[in-house]
Amino acid sequence: MNQTAPIQNQTAEQPLSPWQLFRRRLRQRRIAMAGGAILIVLYLVALFAGFVAPYSYDRLDTNYSFHPPIWPRLQGFHLVVPRYEQGGGVFTYHIVENDVKPMHFLVHGDKYKLFGLIPASIHLFGGDDNHPIYLFGTDQFGRDVFSRLLYGSQISLSIGIIGILLSFTFGMIIGGISGYFSGATDTVIMRLCELIMSIPALYLIISLRAAFPPGMSSAQIYAMIIIILSFIGWASMARVIRGMTLSLREQQFVLAARSLGQTHLKVIVRHILPNTFSYVIVAATLSVPYYILGEVVLSFLGVGIQEPSASWGNMLTAAQNTEYLRNYPWLLAPGAAIFITVLAFNFLGDGLRDAADTKA
Amino acid sequence: MNLLEIKNLKMDFGTGADALRAVDGVSLTIGASETVCLVGESGCGKTVTALSIARLVPTPPANYVGGEILLNGRDVLKMPNGELRSIRGGVVSYVFQDPGASLNPVFRIGNQIKESLKLHKPGKATNEEVIRLLKLVGISAPESRIKNYPFEMSGGMQQRVMIAMALASEPRLLVADEPTTALDVTIQAQILELLHGLKQRLGMAILLITHNLGIVGDMADRVAVMYAGQIVESAPAKELLRHPLHPYTKALMNAVPKLAGGADRLSAIPGNVPRIGNFPPGCRFAPRCPIAKPECSEKIPELVEVKAGRWVRCPFWK
Repeated sequence: MNQTAPIQNQTAEQPLSPWQLFRRRLRQRRIAMAGGAILIVLYLVALFAGFVAPYSYDRLDTNYSFHPPIWPRLQGFHLVVPRYEQGGGVFTYHIVENDVKPMHFLVHGDKYKLFGLIPASIHLFGGDDNHPIYLFGTDQFGRDVFSRLLYGSQISLSIGIIGILLSFTFGMIIGGISGYFSGATDTVIMRLCELIMSIPALYLIISLRAAFPPGMSSAQIYAMIIIILSFIGWASMARVIRGMTLSLREQQFVLAARSLGQTHLKVIVRHILPNTFSYVIVAATLSVPYYILGEVVLSFLGVGIQEPSASWGNMLTAAQNTEYLRNYPWLLAPGAAIFITVLAFNFLGDGLRDAADTKA
Repeated sequence: MNLLEIKNLKMDFGTGADALRAVDGVSLTIGASETVCLVGESGCGKTVTALSIARLVPTPPANYVGGEILLNGRDVLKMPNGELRSIRGGVVSYVFQDPGASLNPVFRIGNQIKESLKLHKPGKATNEEVIRLLKLVGISAPESRIKNYPFEMSGGMQQRVMIAMALASEPRLLVADEPTTALDVTIQAQILELLHGLKQRLGMAILLITHNLGIVGDMADRVAVMYAGQIVESAPAKELLRHPLHPYTKALMNAVPKLAGGADRLSAIPGNVPRIGNFPPGCRFAPRCPIAKPECSEKIPELVEVKAGRWVRCPFWK
């Protein structure tokens, strides 16, 4: 009876677009989703660092040098902050019994600029003058490690993204040109890439650093680090894109675009490069950690972000001293932050790769 | 003036001692609103000849060593790049063999047609114009189809989209390079019918490249048969199909299955197509030719007009 069912009842399911398929496959990968969620939190906190951090990154209190972490505790139904006192030796602190003050939320505190533009002084939480909250302790100048960690994340996390944007854009266009035109153009560009890739990255970073004048402002140093890291990073991208372009340019849709009168450059940018995006997005995610680590290395060596500005790298400089490390392990907090960030990017990148690979 | 005049075109792949002559002295004319079929086996040079009309064969490796291609009276081989881009799509448009590969897999088809419009009719690059073109090529529900990706369409529909892209710029000559080879037989017929109808409505000329003699009779005004880089016979379509003169054309005709011919085995042409760069001396078909004489292997015969409009490259055509 059903053999003559009207045709409109047999509506076939719309095939999923590649993008829908990709999202569905990504959602099935728990670890990748967890990595993505961690990164979203990290980047949101970095964006609102001034608000979330209880103190300014350069506020110092020499009475509290190398103070261990102070966490609010629950008393009844209130969160209260205990008070510590110095005594019994250098940089040793005792808790003062029965001297607690309530922890405050949305309090006025150090001035900051939200997104670097809007002046504000409201903080998510804070203590009183004699009852500071140092979630991750303080450094040798009595600066709050937690606050500096958040301000530092603005630099460390954004360098990864901006660096990738810069070097991948550059690498894709150069690689596209190299593969598309082949011949002498290709040879010259590829030998240049190999030259850059053959020099150990650390030497290259340091010698490039030497090419910039000393005594630059924080913003200039920030831009310099991005330029240096991108200068090193574009070469490997260009090589891979060049390989993909070599195969893509033989596709008939390239000939079809040419037959419509499209220019070489637009064929590369509009037709060839978009076909490499599924690879590029994965590679970009997996490469961000190198840029974050690159900043860390530069700042750790003292040629990157300068004090009193905070970055994860220059905060770790304080942890170079083994004495400090043994006695004040909370100084390693930026190391943990780097570890978590890099791991999250790798988890997300692996998931993206599996989701993008339709053959798997 | 003819729309297209290819005169004695010679093209090599490679240079110097390694040069391989892929197109050897091809001449071909197409008048406005004329349909010409270029027929030949794979590798005989018909595709590179067609691509040369818009100088689409990359140089290097290709190397034009002689002849001229006059499109609207202008020599394509000597054209500056800017003018070349404007005639690509503007005067001559292409439809290729495999529609699935001719469409960029990562873009919606509406945007791809729009790209063609942007290049040649910037003022008309609108959704309405795209929908009009899709209707013109017989795609149903074009309003929803413009959002489709190529893989969401069947081969026949993809080819219709390619034709819409080619027609977007209102070319005077449409080059269809084996437009139906990748499609199944019923779709082939539909696409050819579409091309035929469009030609009559829009008045453009068509150069149809095929190795299928069956579609020549339906479509073509004139036919040129290519073998090993040379045109061996050129004639009005009906006459050529009725009375092929060149032995190669005759052999091709015998290899076409016929509806009313009994169940005999199809006749095949003995031997193989000579490899490019390794052509026999004299007539290139001679080693496979049933009527070859010793002198055939001495001198390459000329393409001569033996009757009005009938050109043959064989002195023994009678």
